[in-house]
Amino acid sequence: MSALAQWEERITDFDQIYAEALADAKTQPEALFKKAYEGAVIATSYAEILLNRAIRQYGRQKEIGYPDTAYHLPVILALSGEKVTTLEELIPILNRVRSQVKERYSFDQARLCGEATLYAAEIIEVLHYLDQDEPKPSPWTGFISDPDVRRYGIKLVDWTIPGQAVILGRAKTSEDAAKLVSELMSKGMMIFLSDEIIEQLLEQDMKIGTDYICFPLGNFTQVIHAVNYALRAGVMFGGIPGGERHNQRDYQHRRVRAFVLQLGEFDQVKVAAHMGAVFLGFPVITDQELAEEIPDWYVSHTNYDDLIKFAMELRGIKVTSVDIPIPLNFGPAFEGETIRRADVAVEFGGGRSQSFEVVRMVGIDEVEDEKVEVIGPDIDEFEEGDAVPLGIMVDIYGRKMQEDFESVLERRIHYFVNFAEGLWHVAQRDLAWIRVSKEAKAKGFQFRHFGDILIAKLKSEFPAIVDRVQVRIITDPAVVEENLAVARKIYLKRDDRLRGLTDDAVEDFYSCILCQSFAPNHVCVVTPERVGLCGAVSWLDGKASYEINPSGPNPPIPKGRCLDEERGIWESVDEYVYTTSNRSVDGVCLYTLMEKPMTSCGCFEAIMAIVPEANGIMISTRESSKLMTPVGMTFSTLAGVVGGGNQTPGFMGIGRTYVVSRKFIKADGGIARIIWMPKELKEFLRQDFVERSIEEGLGEDFIDKIADEDVGTEVEEILAFLEEKEHPCFTLDPLM
Amino acid sequence: MPRYRQTTVGDLKNQAVQRRKITDTKRTADPATMEVLCGELPEGNTTVFDRYASQQPQCSFGLTGVCCRNCIQGPCRITPKNDKGICGAADYTIVARNVARLIAGGTSCHSTHGYHIAETVLKVVDGKTSDYSIKDPEKLHAVCKRLGVSTEGKNDEELAREVTLLAFEDFGGHREEPCRWLDTTITQGRREKFRNCNIAPTSIDRTVVGMLDQTAMGQDSDPVNIIFGGLKTALCDYTGMHIATDLQDILFGTPYPVATEANLGVIDADYVNIATHGHNPTLSEMIVEAALQLKGEAEAAGAKGVKVVGICCTGNELIMRQGVALAANKASQEMAVLTGAVDAMIVDVQCIMPATKALAECFHTQFITTASQVKIPGAQHFDFREEDALETAKTMVRMGIEAYGKRKPELIRIPDVKHAAVAGWSTEALMKLFAGVEPEEPVKALNDAILAGELSGVALFAGCNNLRVTQDESHLSIVKELLKENVLVVATGCSAGAFAKAGLLTPGAYREYGGEGLQRFLDRVHEASPTSTGLPAVFHQGSCVDNTRAADLMVAMAEQLGVDTPKVPFVASAPEAMHEKAVSIGSWCVALGMPVHVGVMPPVEGSPLVYSIVTQVAHDVYGGHFILESDAELAAKQLLDALEYRRWKLDVHRATAEKYDADPAASW
Repeated sequence: MSALAQWEERITDFDQIYAEALADAKTQPEALFKKAYEGAVIATSYAEILLNRAIRQYGRQKEIGYPDTAYHLPVILALSGEKVTTLEELIPILNRVRSQVKERYSFDQARLCGEATLYAAEIIEVLHYLDQDEPKPSPWTGFISDPDVRRYGIKLVDWTIPGQAVILGRAKTSEDAAKLVSELMSKGMMIFLSDEIIEQLLEQDMKIGTDYICFPLGNFTQVIHAVNYALRAGVMFGGIPGGERHNQRDYQHRRVRAFVLQLGEFDQVKVAAHMGAVFLGFPVITDQELAEEIPDWYVSHTNYDDLIKFAMELRGIKVTSVDIPIPLNFGPAFEGETIRRADVAVEFGGGRSQSFEVVRMVGIDEVEDEKVEVIGPDIDEFEEGDAVPLGIMVDIYGRKMQEDFESVLERRIHYFVNFAEGLWHVAQRDLAWIRVSKEAKAKGFQFRHFGDILIAKLKSEFPAIVDRVQVRIITDPAVVEENLAVARKIYLKRDDRLRGLTDDAVEDFYSCILCQSFAPNHVCVVTPERVGLCGAVSWLDGKASYEINPSGPNPPIPKGRCLDEERGIWESVDEYVYTTSNRSVDGVCLYTLMEKPMTSCGCFEAIMAIVPEANGIMISTRESSKLMTPVGMTFSTLAGVVGGGNQTPGFMGIGRTYVVSRKFIKADGGIARIIWMPKELKEFLRQDFVERSIEEGLGEDFIDKIADEDVGTEVEEILAFLEEKEHPCFTLDPLM
Repeated sequence: MPRYRQTTVGDLKNQAVQRRKITDTKRTADPATMEVLCGELPEGNTTVFDRYASQQPQCSFGLTGVCCRNCIQGPCRITPKNDKGICGAADYTIVARNVARLIAGGTSCHSTHGYHIAETVLKVVDGKTSDYSIKDPEKLHAVCKRLGVSTEGKNDEELAREVTLLAFEDFGGHREEPCRWLDTTITQGRREKFRNCNIAPTSIDRTVVGMLDQTAMGQDSDPVNIIFGGLKTALCDYTGMHIATDLQDILFGTPYPVATEANLGVIDADYVNIATHGHNPTLSEMIVEAALQLKGEAEAAGAKGVKVVGICCTGNELIMRQGVALAANKASQEMAVLTGAVDAMIVDVQCIMPATKALAECFHTQFITTASQVKIPGAQHFDFREEDALETAKTMVRMGIEAYGKRKPELIRIPDVKHAAVAGWSTEALMKLFAGVEPEEPVKALNDAILAGELSGVALFAGCNNLRVTQDESHLSIVKELLKENVLVVATGCSAGAFAKAGLLTPGAYREYGGEGLQRFLDRVHEASPTSTGLPAVFHQGSCVDNTRAADLMVAMAEQLGVDTPKVPFVASAPEAMHEKAVSIGSWCVALGMPVHVGVMPPVEGSPLVYSIVTQVAHDVYGGHFILESDAELAAKQLLDALEYRRWKLDVHRATAEKYDADPAASW
């Protein structure tokens, strides 16, 4: 094939989306395209020098890769499919992209230069990891590991994170930088930072880092870590096989709503990198005056006042934001914020005081809409660091409200409180533990603001079931005691009801296709006894969601005719899954791992896999992602096997609490099959697990017969342990 | 690219092509030079100022670097219509090749200089000359320690031999390891950076030859590869000149503060005036010795004695070690002759204008060349060899004594302009000064003052005179602005000469020119470690071959701060870069991580790609970059911005490390 033909092949149907932008052949921004060309020359030549130097130093066979990923060099894997593991494999790849850098000044060519620059940056960066010459001390992230990509998967797919902003360069002032990023955070945007903007935000004492969904990547070519994050989303959640360049770009353009904000001056290499973003379907907006623009794709906007609004509109990101009348920043960015003991103004619960929270459905006459009442002393009346009793009582009236939704809404308190900067919330019910930071107190936080947050969020997120809300914040110890009794009665009643909620007892299951925004072929079937694999959607959540929005992501699946009770096969479920998975999955068995197991989007909390030698299964969790497991793979590697909407018998992604469900791989023998799981998971499940063990006749100490990382991660070590403990796995029917 | 708080780095500006006709031939900020220029010239003669004007307008292809003469199909030039040379070379290839060859030229000069010194040392230890000896055993031991040469049981001669043989290996040896004088004088971070970017040279000679090969017709056309090759060559320049400085210190003594005078007024009509011009102290040190010994002969000839004065970097060598007065920097070399009172001008290598000889013919002045690679038709030539150095020196001084009697009194006009000066601020001397405050770790005194905001950083002023601009003007205006803003300034070469001539080296001058912080700092260190000379406003570090003294200072600062060099608030400026040597020095400064201002546009504007690499992208890779700015006011601002940028990042990174309880960021 001639070089020209090869080049033309690099332009695909996908590129039609750019056709409108520069329709007039006479007014092409040639100077801009020349810069992109020269930038690509610099980038690819630099990559070549570093690569061949590395080969001379380390040898051709030297292994390379990023830490904690199953996706090799994600840019290369996603776009051209090579699973690079050694230096020498990069030679033909770099040569291929070098050959697509041609001295022709057109938009098509500029994007190819951009693509080549992405490859060059990926190669340069992985060589930095090989040389370890650019360490990334906290809070700088460098390459973002798979677990961190997955960590925010659910927020991406449900649009809690409505898009991604990649900011390069330096804002006019550090104050401006803080303002722009705060605005993005308040909109819930995921943020990637490169170059001096990072120092500007650090100077402003902004909260940035992985916990805040705001990744300070590094400088220069390190911006590629935003790209290899985005491309992994396509492979992980989208299930797009490596090398499907056209489909990957289509996915990026449609589903990863990213844009690039270039602040301050930039050079040729940056222009080439910008074209790399455009190549993936992401527009570039700069605060610099531009002599030449590409409408919709490469534009200038110098005014910071509406820069974020402008950029989000250009990318088609619409956020209906609610004004919450509190003196704190608010958004998902702050959910991961931790407040250390030393920074606490006051705290509630956590063993140092009693606290509780409860949501009640009440009649129309029992609620005064939007009323917040603080009973007891307010924040100013306590010493710093005091532990204070607290009751949060939320009364809701709604024409379509049901008692079943109380727990769904109550659990939202955790998220809503955490979204506020300076507030920290864990656990629930009468174990809730809340901290208010000194910083929040200094900004003027009062206890009534808990109420303001809850009222605003409950009304905006659940408009179909919440008509009126009132909130009582109780800090008077006697009143807390009094109402704690009331709350505990409600918890008990709910637990009774939940016990009755079984797969057999309900008429409908719910599906969850929230993740189809990112994983278009994946369908979750959520039953009362099987929580969604992300752990975030229970059957009740599905039901409430359907009530709120009947055409939303959780349509019910009427159970209808059961084909196999043991393995959990229903005719209607199979039909639904087949249709909704774009005919890629023809059915699913709900209660077995070994046959048509449920697919995964990529958001799973845990992964189970068979260990044939032990005739059992093991479970690994995202929290223990770096831990080697008895199947010879870490969580990250396993995740690469089960994600993307595919069925892989013997492997399955699950929500953590599914382990203690009565329907946990019932057809395969249930929890008796578990032979290994991380200690962390054991502790998390312990109480329920022990109860279930007794119920199954496995004995109270069954949990101690299960191996963990202390026993070992090699099958031989584990087998000896299991035999010594007389684990029942050996007596069960053969799994295979 | 770095993004300063006040962002003015900007895009390609096209400053080089000045089509305006230069009519003013008296373009100097030096009153002594001006006075001489205002006098009459011998008929039919011109000065460098006239000849610059006559050359206008200069070829814009040459000025912007897009003229290629690397083969004899050419010359080819790049125009909007013809965007490729005959062989197809693009603008970026041609510009990159031309710059790389400039670097090879500069590197050759400094390395030949260094090699010459090494040969001299070897002749000393081999007993082939008795005119030289090892004057600074302390420095010899320090160099041995740095190179890992064991000193136990060895005498100075043995050590000097070992060191010299190692130096020869750096010049022409075949090794796989980087040159020792580079590898042992830089930070670990730089070592890794040079290794990872494949620009650590293993031998100077091999690299320069390789550079000429790489840039020949039909060879490399990848601009990045050529520029990296250029940087590798520039690091050879660093290596060669570091060897030169170290061995010169061993042979002639490490400079310490010494009081003297500067400018044409130092030429004294009552004496036999011997002007030494060029670069290499092996000659000038002998001239000084000969002059001392021949005092009687001069007196017999009617003079009060023999006075040696320095010109250009020979002047800098002598002012540093001997306290010999400095008469002129490069653009004023003819003015020394025009005083009519220079009886002999003895020159060796580099920056010798043939015109100076032509002018000398109109006077009684004896013009004598001494280096086998620098001969001028019509000049007297003595083959200066170390074996009989003093003897040859005496012969040449005697020619001056003889010429003294042939002066034409009507032609004598010595401007009454001179300033007291204190020079001799080797990095060792600076450390001794700082040691009063911080005896254990002297450089900490400097770093602490920067971290506390008392000083805003350190600037190295270096480089030449360039006739494109008014002589000395931008050196002076930029340095004054920086001193006012509390920058500690070190200087070398003709830049240092400009400061000496203008009184910035005068004891106590820092009180006149320095900002409050700088004054406070210098008062403090001087009180703790007093000198007999007093402190100047600018600290003279030597000739242009001594620029690694400043690099050593920066490396010491980096080590003490626990960072790599690109994070140190340290900048360099060459307001009037002219020589190929300036291109190679500037390039290694960038590779070492300095922002480097150049006040006259080098021939890079013809390629936006090369311009972008040297002014922007270089920062991302190496931490240093060029600031190409011909406006002195803007240049001063950018240098201050560059320092502010570094202090800002350093502060943020240190605070962040504390807050996150992590290592400080390594990035710059």
